[in-house]
Amino acid sequence: MRRSSYIPSAPLRAGIIGIALLPALSIAAPAVQRFPPPEFESGYELPSPTTPQPRQDIYEYIDAAVLLATLGVGAYLVLRKRSRPVIFALAVFSLLYFGFWRKGCVCSVGAIQNIILSIFDRSYAVPIVVLAFFLLPLIFTLFFGRIFCAGVCPLGAIQDLVLVQPVRVPNWLESALRLFAYVYLGAAILFAATGSAFIICRYDPFVSFFRLSGNWNILTLGGSVLLVSVFVGRPYCRFVCPYGVILRQLSRISKWNVTITPALSGYGSAFRRDESGVEGPDECVRCRLCEDSCPFGAIREPTADWTGRDYSIGKKRLVLLMVLLPVLTLSVGWAGSRLKNVTARMHATVRLAERVYLEDAGKVEGTTNASLAFRATGRQPAQLYAEASNIRARFELGGWFFGGFVGLVAGLKLIGLSRRVTRTDYEADRASCLACGRCFEYCPRERVRRKRVEN
Amino acid sequence: MMAENKAPQVGISRRHFLRDSLWGTCLAGLGALTGFVVSKRRKTNTLWQIDPYTCIACGNCATYCVLDKSAVKCTHAFSVCGYCRICFGFFGPEPVDITEGAENQVCPTGAIKRRFVEDPYYEYTIDESLCNGCGKCVKGCNTFGNGSLFLQVRHDRCLNCNECSIAAACPSGAYKRVPAETPYLLKRAGHA
Repeated sequence: MRRSSYIPSAPLRAGIIGIALLPALSIAAPAVQRFPPPEFESGYELPSPTTPQPRQDIYEYIDAAVLLATLGVGAYLVLRKRSRPVIFALAVFSLLYFGFWRKGCVCSVGAIQNIILSIFDRSYAVPIVVLAFFLLPLIFTLFFGRIFCAGVCPLGAIQDLVLVQPVRVPNWLESALRLFAYVYLGAAILFAATGSAFIICRYDPFVSFFRLSGNWNILTLGGSVLLVSVFVGRPYCRFVCPYGVILRQLSRISKWNVTITPALSGYGSAFRRDESGVEGPDECVRCRLCEDSCPFGAIREPTADWTGRDYSIGKKRLVLLMVLLPVLTLSVGWAGSRLKNVTARMHATVRLAERVYLEDAGKVEGTTNASLAFRATGRQPAQLYAEASNIRARFELGGWFFGGFVGLVAGLKLIGLSRRVTRTDYEADRASCLACGRCFEYCPRERVRRKRVEN
Repeated sequence: MMAENKAPQVGISRRHFLRDSLWGTCLAGLGALTGFVVSKRRKTNTLWQIDPYTCIACGNCATYCVLDKSAVKCTHAFSVCGYCRICFGFFGPEPVDITEGAENQVCPTGAIKRRFVEDPYYEYTIDESLCNGCGKCVKGCNTFGNGSLFLQVRHDRCLNCNECSIAAACPSGAYKRVPAETPYLLKRAGHA
């Protein structure tokens, strides 16, 4: 090291001492012009910072247009053309466009959170395209059933792509697991409404594949879900997807929906017979060939009549469950509200308040970046504690709704399981059917329609 | 397009009427939701951006971005810069010599380029292809300099995730949603 021609100047010595104190001064103070602005004599011109522009607006609108187009094509393919290979091709297109090209964001599933945030936070407004992503699939579902799930959603498409050896999930397990999707929806709404987090985005298992990057945690999550999807048909769609919860309810009352036979479905099997009760040429003949064709467990079989004894037991059980419903709703709602201290920690302000409190009370050593940053702002901890209390109160009220929602859904499900359903044909369950079209070719009526078989 | 089913109806049953009403109510509900959301009048998308006056240059921007190379880069507000020979954003603590040797620099990737302009002024520019958004230079500049170096989300790189992972991890809450028309929050001369 050459020292002879180098004399540490005063500013440098000061700088060295100062930088040695850096850890203690680790908070960036607001910009203070410590050194005066230079006066250039050589005609030097100050450059400006570069500001590369984001993706142009027009491309956002094109995304919405593509969404509309794929929904329209999907409705036609599922209800009119009824061809599984073409539905699959549409799903692959959607996977490539909305998944890998657009990196899976913004998506209809996550858009729920944006809508909720805009309702509860006055300072946030949903961009029009995000609203379109939320709304268009819902409207199409109200008319045509879950065609969004079949051919448009990239999350569903990637699971459908890897489904090789579907394993049947027993009905009781299916119902129990599906409750998780309702819990997930409730939690997503709670955390979005309080401005804490977008958990649907945070725990999206497939987005790391769409972006082709991610840390080990999210890649492992995605890989595990895909591995399960090889054997269990579309587990995310059936047991996790919060948007699917909404689509289920709308699909129940849709104007048209998937039918296994080629007859167009109005409102159920009784609607398809004429006055004398004679079946039309496209109706179900209960040949049972479609029974095992659905990898998602969405086909419902014709029911046997109840005996008198069944009926009286069933009535008593139904009355019991109807009494249980408000009990369940209120008790789980109460439990949700009691969890406010835990759920509130999802919010950064609450976490910060707890940390600052622990530091001030001497219960924890050292500081975090967040607590240091807070103290550097000069705000009083008391104000922070008040904010955190406010947020906890919101979580208490929100917890009542969240818990109540979960309790209500569980109670309604139990009631639904005890209902007597009269079904004479093989039908696709309106809520559960993902409109994939796999069952069509199993039906002999469909084969007649396709002119593969003589009538 | 799609014809209603041709089977003759014997009047509309109560169940079908109720179902129809529920259907109509859902459609109307979606319409009302649309009206409410649209009334807030946001036409364009929002983007994520760092408020440079709130940022504490903690280093999370380099590690929490979902991209392998973070979309956050250091930006230089030349109008605020003092053009010092000994720049505290360029030189690390106890530099061996006041030269552009890598051992003297605070930047771990050598992304800051130092160029002599005229005595005693030196120009410092950021090579974005090398910058990783760690903020070490920002910390030095803010603590001992004019604070002309600051971190910004670069929108030619940022994916604009619905929930920004860096925003969730930012200890000082410096991440904000900005309208797409004003994608940057730059430091300017004359700001306190």
